[in-house]
Amino acid sequence: MIKRVHFNVSALPYILVAPQVAITIIFFIWPATQALYQSFLVEDAFGLSTEFVWFDNYKELMNDPYYLGAFKTTVIFSILVAGLSMGVSLILAAMADRVIKGATTYRTLLIWPYAVAPAIAGALWVFIFDPTLGIITYIFNFLGYSWNHKLNGDQAMLLVVIAAAWKQISYNFLFFLAGMQAIPKSLIEAAAIDGAGPTKRFWTIIFPLISPTTFFLLVINIVYAFFETFGIIHAVTQGGPANSTQILVYKVFNDGFVGLDLGGSAAQSVILMVIVIILTAVQFRYVEKKVAY
Amino acid sequence: MIENRPLTTFFSHLVLLCGVLVVAFPLWVTFVASTHDAVRMTQVPLPLLPGNQFLVNLKLVLFSGLEGSGSPPVGIMLFNSLIMAILIAVGKISISLLSAFAIVYFRFPFRIAFFWMIFVTLMLPVEVRILPTFAVVANLNMLDTYWGLSIPLIASATATFMFRQVFLTIPDELLEAARIDGASPLRFFKDILLPMSRTNIAALFVILFIYGWNQYLWPLLITTDRDMYTVVMGISQMLEAAEQAPDWHLIMMTALMAMLPPAIVVLIMQKLFVKGLTETEK
Repeated sequence: MIKRVHFNVSALPYILVAPQVAITIIFFIWPATQALYQSFLVEDAFGLSTEFVWFDNYKELMNDPYYLGAFKTTVIFSILVAGLSMGVSLILAAMADRVIKGATTYRTLLIWPYAVAPAIAGALWVFIFDPTLGIITYIFNFLGYSWNHKLNGDQAMLLVVIAAAWKQISYNFLFFLAGMQAIPKSLIEAAAIDGAGPTKRFWTIIFPLISPTTFFLLVINIVYAFFETFGIIHAVTQGGPANSTQILVYKVFNDGFVGLDLGGSAAQSVILMVIVIILTAVQFRYVEKKVAY
Repeated sequence: MIENRPLTTFFSHLVLLCGVLVVAFPLWVTFVASTHDAVRMTQVPLPLLPGNQFLVNLKLVLFSGLEGSGSPPVGIMLFNSLIMAILIAVGKISISLLSAFAIVYFRFPFRIAFFWMIFVTLMLPVEVRILPTFAVVANLNMLDTYWGLSIPLIASATATFMFRQVFLTIPDELLEAARIDGASPLRFFKDILLPMSRTNIAALFVILFIYGWNQYLWPLLITTDRDMYTVVMGISQMLEAAEQAPDWHLIMMTALMAMLPPAIVVLIMQKLFVKGLTETEK
């Protein structure tokens, strides 16, 4: 935690932490407290009077089919995004770990989507899948399949999942590859001498040994799908059609800034904070214990 | 090299090439779209090979922007994005360096309390506290300013943790030696700690620059003045305008402009960036 040797007590350490602490209090702790407080209030339509209602906002949310629907959408969305992007990157990393020539070149070609903003990723894919002009849509039409994500909810969901997963492939790939390259070569060689083929070695040695990385990435990907994909949803579908892609973060924004339901939006914020806190706690438990398999 | 299996190796390369193609396909399509004119971009099927309008489109987008989308010329938006990204990256690194230094090298009352207070920021992404944070920034009169765009995103537990980790690995003997030589804490910080964490600072700069550049929700909320728009949020306005008149060649040119700077930073600093990413975020 702290160095054995350190400087004497003075005012200096307080001055050093002051900027960080000031920003944390003003822009993090104070707004979070406000959200907590507002989530217990109900304001009338004109903003003239407020009433303290305890947990009514939460009860209302729990009985609101739209909120529960958004919850379900978010869960489906994050499972699909995490599954798709982690699956693809695991395969690519396993292959890149095998090849001797060109591994670095492949890495260079695969890492750049990390730099693309979620909203831009959304714009790229929405262009490819544009109902009238898109290239993939053209191929679909040719094959006799009609694609219009502006009308079809499932197709809209598929589109945002693809855009979100595509952007995340490079991140997962880097971590999987780093995890695989950290496995001692002697283990793999021993297995090869014993006659295990590449597939068998992957499932019995490599995959179990990278399970800490897999678990870490799972948490990161869920956090990503829950919170960072706002840009994709907002730029591509705006939560539609018919709320089929309305995830929780988008609903907080929509209810708060468009619908101006302050109490309800605050209660949703608090629920999201609880989710982040749980996910962070899980992640840190992992860091402490390094997960045995 | 464990064994010689030409077929498996060939198969591995094949899978990797397919992966690269899938990953690169949207980029190629974007580039191609940005090199054609408006007429060609309304004819199905869309081209898969580049045209000759790249410079024309580039000039149009950079200096006059997209008609009817309500967004300013992309040149201005790129400039705003650049300022925001640099302010966020430099700000985060500076305040994290200072607080990590205080937490590791001083024993003072409330040290642990401060540490936890910084830790909390990890749990409160801007997406979950948008309304009240917006209210704070509005009350401080920071809407439509670079400060409003960057300061609320500057506090960072990750960077503080990373520097704490780095400082903990620096041998105690260095501090003892510095003290014997009569160096003050700030002198020790400037002459020993900073040079020793140079590579970490550079790696973190890449990650934070991208983080800042790619911000979307926050600029969307606090900028109403066209001249303060950032390029990543500008794209959504263009997509909305595209519902009526899809100027895809210009939208894709803007998208290209929006992803080039961070992509270049990643590719140039690749080695450092990969090291920084896989080592700090664990």
